[in-house]
Amino acid sequence: MNETAGLILLIVGIAFDVVGCIGLVRLPDVYNRLQAATKCVTLGTCMILLSVLFYTGINQMSVKALLCIWFVLLTSPTGAHAIARAAHRSGIPLWDGSIMDKYAEDREGAEDKV
Amino acid sequence: MSVFIALLILCVFLCLYRVGKGPTAPDRTVAIDILGTLVVGFCAIYSIITKKDLYMNIGISWALLSFIGTIALAKYLDGRGFDE
Repeated sequence: MNETAGLILLIVGIAFDVVGCIGLVRLPDVYNRLQAATKCVTLGTCMILLSVLFYTGINQMSVKALLCIWFVLLTSPTGAHAIARAAHRSGIPLWDGSIMDKYAEDREGAEDKV
Repeated sequence: MSVFIALLILCVFLCLYRVGKGPTAPDRTVAIDILGTLVVGFCAIYSIITKKDLYMNIGISWALLSFIGTIALAKYLDGRGFDE
């Protein structure tokens, strides 16, 4: 029973990883790649780590896996946000089909106020 | 289990394609960040296969070190010093 649940989590997690990496290759600009790859690969890796809990039960290894889930969930979105902000501030253009750029509008408004 | 390892290696090659081809520097940074997260998945699968918690220790430290590297690269791309 537990091994079946672990196997299902493992398969779904690796499917998310593969889809995220295909998005990293296929999508047109850095912001699209960032959101596809970061969200899918974070969820996929957390599912793989959760499958360790179902495979081995509660012991030293699965507690470390839960700790690792916490760290991945904490650090991966923060890093993605930092990269997106740095890319926007260093002047990487958006894709031609993008229809709005709220961060640029916010920055222009802030500069006008100063 | 070897099927899962093979699929993760496929993911690593897709990321390496983006590292090599990526037209701008943030593309390469994103791909390196994703590689760091994939290595944590490798460590989890190896710990299931070998039943040793050594690999989970490696995974925890790899997640934190990859985060520090990503933040440093983002600050470098932003054009600021590391101490701001």
